Parts: sequence; structure tokens; C-alpha cells
Amino acid sequence: MRSRLRLADLLPVSTAGLRARPGRTALSILGVAIGIAAMVAVLGVTRSSQAEVLAQIDRTGTNLLTVANGKTIRGAEAELPVTAGAAIARTEGVLSAAATATVPQHVYRNDRIPAGRTGGLSVRVADPGLLGTLDAALVDGRFLDPALARYPAVVLGHYAAGALGIADVSDGPRVWLGGHWFSVVGILAPVDLAPELDTAALIGAPVASEAFGYTGHPTRIFVRALTSRTAEVAGLLGRAADPAHPEQVAVSRPSEALTARIAVTGATTVLLLGLGAVALLVGGIGIANVLIISVLERRREIGLRRALGATRTHVGAQFLTESVLLGAAGGVAGVVLGSLMTWSMATVRGWQTLIPAPAVGAALAAAVLIGGCAGLYPALRAARLSPTEALRSV
Amino acid sequence: MTPVLELRDVHKVYPGTPPVASLRGVTVTVHAGDLVAVVGPSGSGKTTLLNLAAGLDRPSRGSVRIAGEPVERLGDRQLSGVRAHRLGVVFQQFVLLERSTALENVATGLFYRGVPAPERRRAAHAALDRAGLAHRAGFPVAHLSGGERQRVAIARSLVGRPAVVLADEPTGNLDSAAGDSVVALLHDLNAGGVTIVVITHDERIAASMRRRVSLRDGLVVADTGGGS
Repeated sequence: MRSRLRLADLLPVSTAGLRARPGRTALSILGVAIGIAAMVAVLGVTRSSQAEVLAQIDRTGTNLLTVANGKTIRGAEAELPVTAGAAIARTEGVLSAAATATVPQHVYRNDRIPAGRTGGLSVRVADPGLLGTLDAALVDGRFLDPALARYPAVVLGHYAAGALGIADVSDGPRVWLGGHWFSVVGILAPVDLAPELDTAALIGAPVASEAFGYTGHPTRIFVRALTSRTAEVAGLLGRAADPAHPEQVAVSRPSEALTARIAVTGATTVLLLGLGAVALLVGGIGIANVLIISVLERRREIGLRRALGATRTHVGAQFLTESVLLGAAGGVAGVVLGSLMTWSMATVRGWQTLIPAPAVGAALAAAVLIGGCAGLYPALRAARLSPTEALRSV
Repeated sequence: MTPVLELRDVHKVYPGTPPVASLRGVTVTVHAGDLVAVVGPSGSGKTTLLNLAAGLDRPSRGSVRIAGEPVERLGDRQLSGVRAHRLGVVFQQFVLLERSTALENVATGLFYRGVPAPERRRAAHAALDRAGLAHRAGFPVAHLSGGERQRVAIARSLVGRPAVVLADEPTGNLDSAAGDSVVALLHDLNAGGVTIVVITHDERIAASMRRRVSLRDGLVVADTGGGS
């Protein structure tokens, strides 16, 4: 002669209270859902954006180095020797090297534009080998070659082309560059590892020395090294570029900046996850509140169930299950909401949507756990309610 | 004959300042097939007696046996089992699940026995039929009249064929016509073999019962069929 509640009956009896007050149920689910959604979205967005950065690094490679003029011991800007580019190209472990140099000129759409409206665009001398070294791509036209480099021909960076209003080179557009007409022969795709090229107009060295008195000192040399020897090569480049003053040469590895970006997002992620956890906790407290009210409102029902033979455990289990269900529903809603947020963010930014499966699992587990913890106290109260008192209440 | 309900020198004191002695040595025995009215003015201890008989509370002193099981020696699980299997309780305010149908309400009488749902429904149909409400089975109880609601509650108390049905002022919330029909139903059920204890302060109802136990100030002052 035992009191027994079938497992198949526990679920409907636990949802009865939730179904009776759909508005309240929805609100208590919402609290947990917001917390879970925040956490899933944070993890999803970070993962999606990291994937994008990692893809960038993969595309551009970690074996690209840049050599730039550093500072002299007095703090003035040092100048790389004219021979730096050629010397670096001969260094062991270097696959290719391409020099660029800024030219103190400006580029305009035509000769009517006031000189002050430079649009922030720069003019750079570029080696014909730059495209290959950077592994960059063209949107339209072609890059400078040794022949073109002698003529007033220009290749525009991706942003520069947009700023100058040039979408393609089919109708032979010209730009006004340092007081000369230059023909636009090509437009670059965005260059992830050398964003300064996006705002540049690239011209050949011969035409630059002829028209603007370019002396041949490079300001930045892009170096593609053997992947396995990149670090070692980086140490050699200073001496190779300027044997007399290797300390005046600044060598850097652009992929490191991208790696650093991932590290930075990692730190922000922890912070945002913390905020999500706080939201989740508040959601849990919301559930506990609602359940305590529910226990008070349903005293008669509790008394009735006790009179019908429910043990304390049965009554407690009913409210605990209700709470776990609320948590789980909040978890599912949160995962859906968070995934949706990630998806829309990734779509707007043009990333691939990536939602880490362990995060989804952990979010659901956290939601159920929060629901369970929130339900403990109300369930205990319900279980401890004296049946005679519960039945007396109106 | 085996007693289905046996209260021996039962005391019940509610803590407080000062403590309230609700029952002060009550001895009542109910046998299978009895139809007993427990009468008395407010505060005489009727409801306390019912709570003890229904296994919802424990005596401060003395012994309560429900179908032979000593209440004071049972843990929560066992006492709940006694309530689920041996007792049916009817309340003055019906205490129904308002959102459920009459049938579902009656079926909850078997809920804590671990009976599968289809079987509960079959038994609930039979109990509703006995209560004369078979035609209302699918109705939400919120749509039923007071008399019908109390019949649903009575059917719920019957559905598990308990050793005894305890009814606390079953007509207290009903008009006299509905009350009379409920009393008639209790008589019918008793004639069919159901042991029933009715707590009431309505002298007219009490007079219709075969046996009357009168309480006053926590003591039995009269028992027309006691000690048998």
C-alpha cells in the first residue's frame, strides 16, 4: 500500500500550472532566455568573427614580413638605402620582396578638384612584384609591370578607387596625379595585411623619378619568407636592409596584428559572457519568485493532492519539475534567439555563421541547472506545507 | 466486524500561547458499512477529528487507526499511501481542479496510486455513473452547478473504493435542494456498501443518519451507536 506517482503523470501535472498562466510562464521563460541568448550570441559572434580573421590569416599567410624605415638614434625618421629591396630579396629564406615608397604627391579625379581635397589618399611607388609578394588580387584591369612602370599608369587601392569614383578600367579612366594625367590600369581588391595600400595610388618607380624626382629610397618593403623560417628571416632583415644601421630598420609581421585581434576578442568575450551569466542568474531568480507566488496561490491544490495521497516528495517533485521545465524552455528559446542574433550579425558582416556546439550544450545545461536551483526553495516550501493548513486557505 | 476507523483516547493540542486543546480524549470506532454523522457546534473539534481521521494530521496523544494502520507510527510516505488507498475525502468547498473536466477530476482520486491513465478514466466513468453524473463527464467543472460539483467531489472520493469516505460539511455550500440531493446520494452509496462519516452542524442531515456522534469542547458527549 504505497503512494505512487507515475513518471508519465509527473510531466502533465507539472505543466498544468504553466499552461494555466501562459503569460506568466512566457515572462519567466524570457528571463532565462535572454541570459542564454546573450551567452550563445557572444560565443557565436566571437567564433564567427574569429573564423573570419583566421581565414584572413590563412589567405594571407603568416610568412609575410614588412620592413619599414625606423628611427635614428636622435628620433628622426631614418631612410632605407636604395639597395635595401634588392639586398633583402637576396637574403636566405626570402621567397620574394617588393618595395614601396610614399611619394609626397596627391591624386584627384581631375584637374578641377581643389588641392586640399585629397580624400586622404596617398601616392606610392610600387615594385611590379608587389602583387605576387602580397598575394593580393585585382578587382579589374592589371597590375604594373616593368614596361608600364615607365609610363604614367596607376593602379588604385580598393578604397581609393571607390573614393575617386572609378569602378572599372574598361573605358580608360584617368586621374590627376601630382600635376600629371595618369591612366588607371587596374584596381586592387582589399589587402588584409597591408591596409595602407587600400587608400593608395600605386605608380612605377621610373615614372616617379622622372616626374616627381623620386630618389629610390623605399619606405616599406613587403617580404614573403619561407613559412618555416619566418622568425629567423625576420631577424636577418635589419642587417640586410641597412648593413650600416640595422637598428634603424623596423621589421614587423602583419599577421601578428590579426592574431592579437583574436586575443583581444577573447578578452571581451569573457566579459560579455559574465554579463550573460548575470542575466541568467536574474532570470533564475525570476523563476524562483514566480514559483513562490505559484505555491502560495495553489495551496488548496497542494492540500487536495496531499489528501489524495501525494507524499511531500510528490508535491516537491511537481514544483521542481515545473521549474526545470521553465529553465529548459528558457534555454531552448535562448539558444534559438542567440543563434538568430549570431546569424543576423554574421550575415550583415559577411561572415560565415558559426555557433559552437559545446556552447549550445553548455547553455542548455546551464538553463536546466538554473531552473532546478530556482525551483529548490519553492518546491521545498510546497512540500513542507501542512495539508490541513493548505486546505483551510481560500 | 473490523473497524475501518478507530480513534482511541485521542488528544489534539495546537501549539500557541496559550495552547489550544481541540480534542481532549475522543474515542470513536467506525465499522465497515456505517453511516455516521459527527455533529457539534463550531469549535467543538469536528474538523480536527476529520483531519486526524483523514490522515492529514497526527494526534498529540492517543491512537488513530485507519483500516488497521496506526497513523502515529507511520512516516509521510506510508501515511500518504494510506490516504491514497484507504480514504476518500469530500470538502465543503469541493476543492476541484477548475480547469479540468468532471471526468479528469474524478480520475485524480487514483492519481497517487500509480494507476495508468486509461484505467483511471475507466474507473472515473464508473464512479461518475454511481454519483449520477455520467452525462456530465466531459464538462469542465467550472461550468457545473454547486450540487453537481459536490457530486464530482463525491465521485472522486469513491473512485478508489476506499475503506471509508469522510465528508466535511458536504452540504455547507449548497442550497437546500442541492444539499438534499447530495445527502440522498450519500444514503444511496451507503446502502450500496460504502462506509461514510459526515461532519455537519445541520441537525436535519444528522437526524437522517443511522448513527450520530456529538462533540462538544473536544469531547464526545453523545454517540447513538458507539461502542458497538
